[in-house]
Amino acid sequence: MNNVFVYLEIEDGVVADVSLELLTKGRSLANQLSRKLEAVAIGHKLNGIEKHVFPYGVDVLHIADHPHLSPFTTLTHSKVLIELFKQEKPEIALMGATSIGRDLGPRVSSALHSGLTADCTALEIGPHEDKKAKKVYESLLYQIRPAFGGNIVATIINPECRPQMATVREGVMKSEIVAADYKGEVKQYDAAKWLTPEDLAVKIIERHMEKSKVNIKNSSIVVAGGYGVGSKANFDLLFELASVLGAEVGASRAAVDSGFCDKNRQIGQTGVTVRPKLYIACGISGQIQHVAGMEESAMVISINSDKDAPINKIADYAIVGNMEDVVPKMIKAYKANTK
Amino acid sequence: MGLKIIVLAKQVPDTRNVGKDAMKADGTVNRAALPAIFNPEDLNALEQALRIKQRVKGSTVTLLTMGPGRASEVIREGLFRGADDGYLLTDRAFAGADTLATSYAISLAIKKLGKCDLILAGRQAIDGDTAQVGPQVAEKLGMPQITYAEEIVEVNSKKIVVKRRLERGVETVEGPLPCVVTVNSSAPVCRPRNARLLMKFKHAKTVTERQEANEDYLEMYHDRPYLNIQEITVNDIDADREQLGLAGSPTKVKKIQNIVFQAKDSKVLDATDEDIEGLMKELIANHTIG
Ligand SMILES: Cc1cc2nc3c(=O)[nH]c(=O)nc-3n(C[C@H](O)[C@H](O)[C@H](O)COP(=O)(O)OP(=O)(O)OC[C@H]3O[C@@H](n4cnc5c(N)ncnc54)[C@H](O)[C@@H]3O)c2cc1C
Ligand SMILES: Nc1ncnc2c1ncn2[C@@H]1O[C@H](COP(=O)(O)O)[C@@H](O)[C@H]1O
Repeated sequence: MNNVFVYLEIEDGVVADVSLELLTKGRSLANQLSRKLEAVAIGHKLNGIEKHVFPYGVDVLHIADHPHLSPFTTLTHSKVLIELFKQEKPEIALMGATSIGRDLGPRVSSALHSGLTADCTALEIGPHEDKKAKKVYESLLYQIRPAFGGNIVATIINPECRPQMATVREGVMKSEIVAADYKGEVKQYDAAKWLTPEDLAVKIIERHMEKSKVNIKNSSIVVAGGYGVGSKANFDLLFELASVLGAEVGASRAAVDSGFCDKNRQIGQTGVTVRPKLYIACGISGQIQHVAGMEESAMVISINSDKDAPINKIADYAIVGNMEDVVPKMIKAYKANTK
Repeated sequence: MGLKIIVLAKQVPDTRNVGKDAMKADGTVNRAALPAIFNPEDLNALEQALRIKQRVKGSTVTLLTMGPGRASEVIREGLFRGADDGYLLTDRAFAGADTLATSYAISLAIKKLGKCDLILAGRQAIDGDTAQVGPQVAEKLGMPQITYAEEIVEVNSKKIVVKRRLERGVETVEGPLPCVVTVNSSAPVCRPRNARLLMKFKHAKTVTERQEANEDYLEMYHDRPYLNIQEITVNDIDADREQLGLAGSPTKVKKIQNIVFQAKDSKVLDATDEDIEGLMKELIANHTIG
């Protein structure tokens, strides 16, 4: 009762990164509240899934394994979650701000009449005083998210309703194993007793999923290009720089929208969040929505023809110049100074 | 037989073009300086509705928006592009609603409009980027939901086939009607205003707007009933007031912070060979690269 719950996103028996990140966050929230961390696995052929998640500090793993539950459909998964949450009364429930979590979360929150905050970038525990109602809350979940096109950051709370629900974007939090031999308890459920024919009304006819190929999130160096790179051909220069430095290539939304680069490389509020040790921003002006996804980089180098570009305010080194000129020079200098 | 389609559309501040004057001197957002627009993905939803109307003879497209009086602009904009009619859900009692209280009010208004076959919404509104109202309306009406629609492949009075655009791929699903479908920005853009419809609906107004403008064209609105944009207030829907507006919203905003860049001590370098070579050597020496 009143524990911290994480919904696990599972594809082909593999738990998604975002879910592991949430387990790590959930573990620390549970510690602060002196509660347990519980995880929910809904799907099919989930044998052995516990071995994968217990090391993240999961105390209880709820498993609903049934052929109707894979691949994900909204109505089946929401039915199982709603029934389980009615029974378990979580204090906090977290899911990924993915196409699954953002489809499932609102439906579950509506059925339970609990508040839901989308796309959080940080979660904290803190007190709250409602002066009007003369009520003090000891430890609420602070759900922190950018809003208004990224121009403000809002802290949202749900004082009265439970669970306090939030979705969190992939890559914003870190995943960490607590102990390889952490032991939790498994609870199995027979989903058939909850599912009605109406829950199966939406059928998947066709499905093409791609494994995510690029891994900018975990790369220690990111070379990112923006609209100022000017063309797909010039982006090849960035790929070349990235390959000599052992880096991944990222992009701003303007570069993606202009077709210079694939969407799965987009960094920022509506892309992935990265925190590499070196971020090279090339032809990127540094609008807030982009900066939101890279400001925790340990070091930032900007290459921009405009010395007053906003990105230069957060750059450790601002190279003022044309990227077509600067990038080849960097490649040459790097090669000349390493074996 | 035609389908009765409801499109949920929201008027939003244009957060995509937050210029310098959009931030006040104290660093807070100056909402008044931002133009109010038709939420972009709701236009994608409207286009899907209009396409169905062309495909399935006898279908009608009704816009429903919840907001202050001036949100009637959204309805006129929809009429100019081919919607048949529209309703403005407006009342002080709805003010300050979060997504749950919003979807509660909208779901009751939909019930009041009578039987419908298909509800189309945008995936998300650009002021909050939450993407919650569509699914929550579906849940409150007890209907299935199909999110992230890129294309409505097929639809008849019994079922709908939708191609969905997901992060890592596409999925085609088939579901029964009635249901709620939310539409992505990757779906076709909305057709422009139609000159003939613009002329026809130029004077479409709500009663409140007509009173405010002190207009006395009673006859015109009597002879052309399609110029009446209907308002729905809290008294028209069968609502539990506890669940409406700010009071009915489980989520509360505790704090708002404006984003200000903290300038770092940055070193400005020229694009000369020496400067760049110097930088690369430094990065190699301190093991940032190499
Ligand atoms: C809700 C919302 C979400 C968003 N999410 C994201 C997001 O996730 N990620 C994101 O990136 N953006 C996002 N944006 C868009 C963001 O506001 C900016 O529009 C975008 O980041 C700008 O990209 P840019 O810096 O590449 O382009 P621009 O702002 O056009 O900047 C181009 C820069 O290149 C420089 N330049 C030009 N030519 C050269 C040259 N030859 N050599 C070197 N420099 C040159 C210019 O001086 C300029 O500084 C979002 C916007 C909204 C409203
Ligand atoms: N006030 C409103 N009036 C009408 N439709 C709305 C309203 N708020 C949200 N919607 C619909 O719900 C979608 C998702 O909104 P949101 O959950 O705010 O991101 C929007 O694209 C609209 O289609």
